[in-house]
Amino acid sequence: MVLKVFFPSCCSSAESGILVGHWISQQSSAVVLAVLHFPFIPVQVRKYLSQVQQVTQVSVSVLGSWTNSKQEKEESLSQFLEDLGTLFSHELWIQISKEGDSKFWSCSALQKHHSKPKEEEIILVYYEQRKVMLCHLHPPLHTAASADHGAADASKLAAIFETVAKSKMLFMTDRYDEGPIKLTHWQSDGVEASIIVELLKQASVPACMLLSFLLSLVSWICRSRVLKFWPLCFLWSKLSTCEQLGHRLQHLQLISSNKKAPNQTQQMRKANILVSLLLDVALGLLLMSWLYRKNRIGHLADTLIPVADHVAEELQDLLQWLMGAPAGLKMNRALDQVLGRFFLYHIHLWISYIHLLSPFIEMILWYVALSACLGLTVALCILSDIIALLTFHIYCFYVYGARLYCLKIYGLSSLWRLFRGKKWNVLRQRVDSCSYDLDQLFIGTLLFTILLFLLPTTALYYLVFTLLRLLVVVVQGLLHLLVDLINSLPLYSLLLRLCRSYRLAAGVKFRVLEQQEGKPLRLLMQINPLSYGSVVQTYRLPTYSCYPKDSWTSLCKKLFLGELIYPWKHKGEKQD
Amino acid sequence: MEEQRFRSASGEPIALRRRQHSASCRELAVRCPRLQLRSLSAVTSAVWLAAYGLFALSENSMVLSAAILITLIGLIIYLHFVKVDQESLLVIGSLGIQVTSSYASGKESTTFIEMGQVKDVVINEAIHMQKVIYYLCILLQDPGDPQGISEVVPLFQSSKPRLDCLIEVYKSCQEILEKGRAASEVE
Repeated sequence: MVLKVFFPSCCSSAESGILVGHWISQQSSAVVLAVLHFPFIPVQVRKYLSQVQQVTQVSVSVLGSWTNSKQEKEESLSQFLEDLGTLFSHELWIQISKEGDSKFWSCSALQKHHSKPKEEEIILVYYEQRKVMLCHLHPPLHTAASADHGAADASKLAAIFETVAKSKMLFMTDRYDEGPIKLTHWQSDGVEASIIVELLKQASVPACMLLSFLLSLVSWICRSRVLKFWPLCFLWSKLSTCEQLGHRLQHLQLISSNKKAPNQTQQMRKANILVSLLLDVALGLLLMSWLYRKNRIGHLADTLIPVADHVAEELQDLLQWLMGAPAGLKMNRALDQVLGRFFLYHIHLWISYIHLLSPFIEMILWYVALSACLGLTVALCILSDIIALLTFHIYCFYVYGARLYCLKIYGLSSLWRLFRGKKWNVLRQRVDSCSYDLDQLFIGTLLFTILLFLLPTTALYYLVFTLLRLLVVVVQGLLHLLVDLINSLPLYSLLLRLCRSYRLAAGVKFRVLEQQEGKPLRLLMQINPLSYGSVVQTYRLPTYSCYPKDSWTSLCKKLFLGELIYPWKHKGEKQD
Repeated sequence: MEEQRFRSASGEPIALRRRQHSASCRELAVRCPRLQLRSLSAVTSAVWLAAYGLFALSENSMVLSAAILITLIGLIIYLHFVKVDQESLLVIGSLGIQVTSSYASGKESTTFIEMGQVKDVVINEAIHMQKVIYYLCILLQDPGDPQGISEVVPLFQSSKPRLDCLIEVYKSCQEILEKGRAASEVE
């Protein structure tokens, strides 16, 4: 099989020495991790390598020799290098030599048990050590699903990435260390660290402890019996603000926990949650600073009452129009007047309540707007709840109209069955024939006629109020969609993909470098970054998402029959 | 390195370039016909004439600036996401097959398939609109079932070369794949 040597590009200008790395025999690949320079004592080298093997679980061994001669090739050195191979027990002894500044190196492989070198092709693949170490390979989604089948022939490149990632301990010795081992790798010029990162790490431990203590206090208060009484707990379940606050509390608990995240996915999730929370709070503070400037709250409160009045007036005009001859249709005068007056009285009550509340509106708004500092999502949820409260009368009208219409439709269908001589068998859940008495038939037919001729009036009221209710539902739905977007977008992953695209990889790509006859094939292995769509799909944060629970056909059916519709269902709500 | 001229399935001239980097590494690149100045100026003048007609009707100069903006953005989107300049196949024996598409704006989108996943490279027939065309594709191995195929990856989708070009590419690929199979049987 073709021999593949993965050589780190940082070692291209290293001094002569021996190659230290990992040999993968199934693929016939040698992954060179570092170059160990002369002079060295073989016993110490073996001790060091076994130490590394114990810590990193990667079987690191001496793979071959590396010669970087500035002058012409020295013949005596080649024999010395071949003899070196006998000191270190390895199947294959690889010899790479570079002359002067030439790009084309000569490479040969010696089999331990044969005397002459085997004539097999060698491919030299350069790789960027630091990028490969930090990179996380994402397998394509369909293979990830069947991971349990293909454990044996797992991606060969993944094995190489894993090898480099696990050998972090090897990269900790730099050239300024006093030990007997002198290595060259990507960190041999000095271990890199950042003061800010170290300070943050030290500061985060007490901060996390404080935060988790505060959060446990808050959740104890929330769970206490005081808030569990019936009217209050019904209110909490209906307000979307409470749901959003609970969701954010969960997130905070996840971030402030002391346990370190077990794998890369959990780490990314934590980071995504943190960045999303910070952005949320920043946008909320921005909104707050805009609201509290130039007395905008006062203006808002001043315009709220006139707007509510205006809406009520428009509704009254609408009802007057319905009580007349709407769109040229002729309504049943008596029923029309009853329904119209009933709804008008409701509006009158509503207006009185609003006027009663008007002196307190500004203060209430001022204190409620303070909660925008908890995040923009909380502010949007409060807005959606305020809209729900202000349009409560539309909701009431919709429920009245729907119930009336629903009753009428059921009555009509039952009497239609009577008209035809059939009956609904509740026990068997089917339509059976039934012989009615004459007076039953007479009364049934009369009632049927009455209901049928009153149908247009009720249907029109139902239609108008359903349209209004749907409008309000659509507005609320848009707000919730925006909240969902802010909740679930993985911002940290997107930023990482933008700035450090080698950390999230979909695969690799090879570039063929300049070739020369007789020398091994030279390839450069680069990291192929994940596309933005896959980043969002892989790292999406789970939310209590609102999705429409009914398909279009079932929604239309419900509307036709007059059943009450609640199109946005929250995950976790009981099925009704 | 040699270049041969062929025709695509729709009759446009395309060029196949073969390079042998080493005994087990070959690169096959198919170059698609370039963007024609004729068609570009035809589309631009059509859009601008329509915008000028609308401007004459509505007397609103926003229509003209909107038309210019639409033309520019449309051209950028077309060059960056739609127009493929060259599609190439890099076969490295015992490592894998790399498929690259380079767009007119310079963007390159690459996919690398490891040799362990490749079952075979074949020429398939397909019914496309009212024609039957041939296309080259890579069959991927199903990890659970040694005889099964998990996915079919079609190649050269934008340039759509005809059978004569595909046969050349097929022969080149199969030579390298054969060597790999022979070597693994010896092991």
